[in-house]
Amino acid sequence: MKLKHLEYHLSNVSPFEKPKILLEQYVTPPHIAAYMLHHIQFEHGDITDKIVADLGCGTGCLTIGTATLDASMVYGFEIDSDALDIFQENMQQFELTNIEAIRCDILNIPRRFENFFDTVIMNPPFGTKHNAGIDMEFLKIGMLLSKKAIYSLHKSSTRKFVKKFVENLGCKVEIVAELKYNLPSTYKFHKKDSVDIEVDLVRVLI
Amino acid sequence: MKLLTHNMLSSKCLKNVNVGYPLSIKVEEMITSVVDFNPEFIARIIPKLEWNALKQAVNEVGKDSCLPNNLIENFENDEDFLKKVHHVLLEIEIVNGCLVCPETGRSFPINNGIPNMLLNEDEV
Ligand SMILES: C[S@@+](CC[C@H](N)C(=O)[O-])C[C@H]1O[C@@H](n2cnc3c(N)ncnc32)[C@H](O)[C@@H]1O
Repeated sequence: MKLKHLEYHLSNVSPFEKPKILLEQYVTPPHIAAYMLHHIQFEHGDITDKIVADLGCGTGCLTIGTATLDASMVYGFEIDSDALDIFQENMQQFELTNIEAIRCDILNIPRRFENFFDTVIMNPPFGTKHNAGIDMEFLKIGMLLSKKAIYSLHKSSTRKFVKKFVENLGCKVEIVAELKYNLPSTYKFHKKDSVDIEVDLVRVLI
Repeated sequence: MKLLTHNMLSSKCLKNVNVGYPLSIKVEEMITSVVDFNPEFIARIIPKLEWNALKQAVNEVGKDSCLPNNLIENFENDEDFLKKVHHVLLEIEIVNGCLVCPETGRSFPINNGIPNMLLNEDEV
């Protein structure tokens, strides 16, 4: 599937209805999600025929993209039931049978999933809403669940810290790309309608 | 929720629970869907399963699995066997019901196909 097609496809995934600021609910914009998944599959072959986890799956943009690229099975993990209701609707609309969802706190994810996955993908909360460090917790848990690779988005301003964190846990880390991420006006307290932030697509190898 | 997922879930994260596995299944609504058969995937997933838990799950949801009591040898090449496992793991779906902790009786609801494994703060 071409990048453009994937992006178009993902633009049909419904977003959060009433995003919860404290959970840092904003969808990965389709162009970023498409770029990320396309890279994971076509540079590294880490989606098709693989078992994949999406941590903090929200309404399912990354999960659905992964399932569309023919993962054997994708598991979406999410704490919020409102997000999961929309996730379910999205899943039905796309008629995919290789998706499962579990409602849980990532920090308390069922332990039998350790080493169950080939690939873990995520757009974690950045940890800027009184939940400092949650992005690193997500990453650490991703490293427990995956046998091979983790792909994650992190604020570019935290790059050094992310690298060190991963290396201290004995894994290799690569910055795949620096992307511009437009945070929409879901964030009402921002003065402008939207703000651009820079994020890194990070690849961790177990 | 597919039975593959059931096989992976436990209530071990609850305070004072030792094993918490397998969770028993109470079905309110169940469907059978059709999923493409991918023998390589099934052969790859089988070593990750707890076979007894799968047998028990199939029983509990009231299906006759025709699964053998023990995992057979050389299952990779036994298409018939892989097809049976495929059906049980991926095509039986619990839409509504709950999962129950074998030690404490704590119940985890399954709504609209999604199990809720979220714990209250005082449970961990
Ligand atoms: C930045 S959003 C990404 C949403 C989705 N993956 C996407 O790409 O559109 C982060 C998601 O993580 C969820 N989340 C936040 N904290 C969580 C936790 N502790 N456990 C599970 N999910 C969590 C939020 O509800 C939100 O859906």
